[in-house]
Amino acid sequence: MHGHIEGKPILEVRGLTVEYDTGAHPVVAVDDVDLDVHAGEFVGVVGESGCGKSTLLFAIAQLLSPPAAITGGSVRFQGQDLVAMSEKKLAALRWRDFSVVMQSAMNALNPVKSIGSQFRDAIMAHDEPVADDRPAEVLRLVGIDPIHLKSYPHQLSGGMRQRAMIAMALLFTPDLIIMDEPTSALDVVAQRSLMLQIKDLQQRLGFAVVFVTHDMSLISHFSDQLLVMYAGQVVELGATRAVFDHPAHPYSKGLLDAFPSIRGPKVPLTGIPGSPPNLAHPPSGCRFNPRCPEAFADCTKVEPELYRVGSVQARCLLHAPSNKPAPVQEATS
Amino acid sequence: MTELSVSATDADTAAAPTAPLLETKNLTRHFRIGRGFSPKMLHAVDDVSITVDRQEIVALAGESGSGKSTIARLLAGVYKPTGGEIYYQGRALSSMRSRRDQLAYRSDVPMVFQDPFSSLNPAFRVSHGILRSLKLHRPDLTRAQRSEEAERVVEAVGLTPSAEIMHRYPYELSGGQRQRIGFAQALAHKPKLILADEPVSMLDVSIRIGLLNLMAELRSSAGVSFLYITHDIASARYVADRLVIMYAGHIVESGPTEEVLANPKHPYTDLLLGAVPDPRAPLSLGVEGDTGEPPKVIDPTPGCRFRWRCPLVVDECHHTTPTLRRLGDGHNAACHVAQPALGTPPDQPSQR
Repeated sequence: MHGHIEGKPILEVRGLTVEYDTGAHPVVAVDDVDLDVHAGEFVGVVGESGCGKSTLLFAIAQLLSPPAAITGGSVRFQGQDLVAMSEKKLAALRWRDFSVVMQSAMNALNPVKSIGSQFRDAIMAHDEPVADDRPAEVLRLVGIDPIHLKSYPHQLSGGMRQRAMIAMALLFTPDLIIMDEPTSALDVVAQRSLMLQIKDLQQRLGFAVVFVTHDMSLISHFSDQLLVMYAGQVVELGATRAVFDHPAHPYSKGLLDAFPSIRGPKVPLTGIPGSPPNLAHPPSGCRFNPRCPEAFADCTKVEPELYRVGSVQARCLLHAPSNKPAPVQEATS
Repeated sequence: MTELSVSATDADTAAAPTAPLLETKNLTRHFRIGRGFSPKMLHAVDDVSITVDRQEIVALAGESGSGKSTIARLLAGVYKPTGGEIYYQGRALSSMRSRRDQLAYRSDVPMVFQDPFSSLNPAFRVSHGILRSLKLHRPDLTRAQRSEEAERVVEAVGLTPSAEIMHRYPYELSGGQRQRIGFAQALAHKPKLILADEPVSMLDVSIRIGLLNLMAELRSSAGVSFLYITHDIASARYVADRLVIMYAGHIVESGPTEEVLANPKHPYTDLLLGAVPDPRAPLSLGVEGDTGEPPKVIDPTPGCRFRWRCPLVVDECHHTTPTLRRLGDGHNAACHVAQPALGTPPDQPSQR
C-alpha cells in the first residue's frame, strides 16, 4: 500500500524540530520528524494529548507563535521550503495551495460575521479570480444548503460548522488540507458522516490530507499512511492496514487496545496506564519505557531509533538489529 | 485500591424494599422559547420513564440534542420537571421539600460533569472540593477525619500517592486525573447513585477505558449505581447492564445491553451502532447518506420524531407517535415497524 503512490511527494518534512522556549528547560515538542505526503494521499497522525501532533501540524502550516519556534529541519511543499518563506508569500499559498481545518470550528469562525462574508474574506486575500457562485458551490459539496451563506456560526449545529470550515478550505481546491481533530467536538454519528464526506471529497477532488487525531479507530478505514507519535517523536510509521494488523510498537498496540469493540466478545481492557512524560524532562532511553508493558533493562539506557520492521518502521529496541531475535514480531510485508 | 464499605442494607432501603433506587415516571421537561405573543415550547424531554436499580449501571445513549443531559439535570435537581415525577427509593422528589431532605438526596445522588477542565476550581487545590462536600454532607466528621476520608476517596479512584495529589492544583493534573478527582468528589459522601454526564468524552481514547474500569470497580467495591450518559455506544456496551437509547426527547429503545446491541429493534439504534468506528470490522456503509441531526422539537405534532431520517418509514409514522412496546425479554422499542422477538406476546404495554 505504501508504494502505490508514485512520483515525488508534494509535502516533504525532514528533521523537523520545534521547541517551546520556556526558560531553563526548553520543551522539544516535535523532535526530528520526517514525513512524506504524496498527491491525493490521506496521512493520519495519532497520539495522546501532548504528544506534539498538533504542534507538528502548526509547524507544517507555519502557524506557530512564540514561545514555539522551529529550531531545525525543513518543510518542503511543492518544492518550496515553507520554513524560509516570507509571510507574504505564505499568505498567497494559504487557502490557495494548502488550507488548515482547525479543531474547534466554533472558535475558528468569526462569530459576528456571516459564513458568506468569511468566505469572501478568504477569496479577497488572494489575487486568484474565483467564480461568484464558488461559495455556494463548496457549501453544496459538503452537503449544506447555500442559504446558510447568510447564516452566522451560532445558527449552525456543531457538525454543520465543521462542514462549513471544510467548505472554506475547499474554496480554491488546494492540493493539501491539514486537519486538526476536526471531529473531536462531534458525537459519533456526526463524526462518522463527516469522515465519510471528507474521504468522498478527497477521492473526487484529489487533494491530500494530513489528519491529526487521538482516536486511532476513527481513521482505520480512511488513511493510507499512519504516523504514531509519542512524546514528540515518531514511534511508528507505515501503511495504515499494516500498523493495524501488526502494530510493531508497544505504544501502537496500547492505542489499538484502548477502545472497546461494539461487536465480538467483551474483553476487559486496560488502556495505557500512566500519562505522557513531561517533555521538559523526558525519561532517559526510550521515552515510552515507564509505561511500556514490554520494557526490558536496555530501555532505560539506550535511545531507540526508527528500525525497519517488515513494511513499517518502529522506534522500539525490541526491533533493534542487535536485539534479534525479537520476541514477538513476525511482520508480514 | 482501598475497600469501600457496601451499605446496601441501611435503614432507607428497608423503608421501601421493593422500590427501585431511582425511578422516573413520565418525566417531561419543556423549555419556553420565543417571547411575547408567540410563545413556543421546546420539548427537551417527553414522557421518559427509566429505572436504576441498586448497583446497576444504566447507560443513557443518544446524539447531541437528544435530551440526555436534560435528564441528568432533572435528576440532579438543577431543573424542575414540567410534568411527571422522579422517585428516589420510592419517595417522590417533589415531596422532599425540607433542606435536610434535599441535602440528603444530593448527597446520595451526586453528579460528575463532562468537562474536567472547567468543573474544578482552578484557584484551589484539588482537595478543596472534596473537603467542602464532606463538610456539607457529613458534618459529624472532625477536621482530621475529613482529610483522612478525602485521602481515602482519592486513593479509591486510583490516584496515588493520595496525600500528595490532594495538594496539587488542577492545572498540575492531566485530564484523566482531573476527571478522577471529579469521581472522588462524588464519592466522598458515600453516594448511592452517580450521575455521570459524558464523563469520558473530553478525554483521550487511551485513558477513557481507565475511567470506565473505575466505574465498574466502584460499583462492586462501593456499591454505587451509575447513570452513564454517553453518545458512544461502544463504551456503553463495555460498562452498562442496561441500555436506554434516546432520540429527540423520547426513549426509542431500552433493554439489557447485550440484548439490545445483538438485536436492535429501532432503526435509530442501528444508526448509532453503524456509526461506531471499528477497525476490526470492514467499513460498513449503512449510514453513508445520513447527514441528519436530531430535530429541535418545538410544539410537535403527533408522529414519530425519527421519521425524517428513518429508512423504514411507513405512513403510520407521520400520524401516530409510537409508544414503547415490549419486543423481547425486558427489551422495549418505540417503533411502528419493529417486530417482536419470537415467543413474545405482541403489543403488551411496557413497564419501562
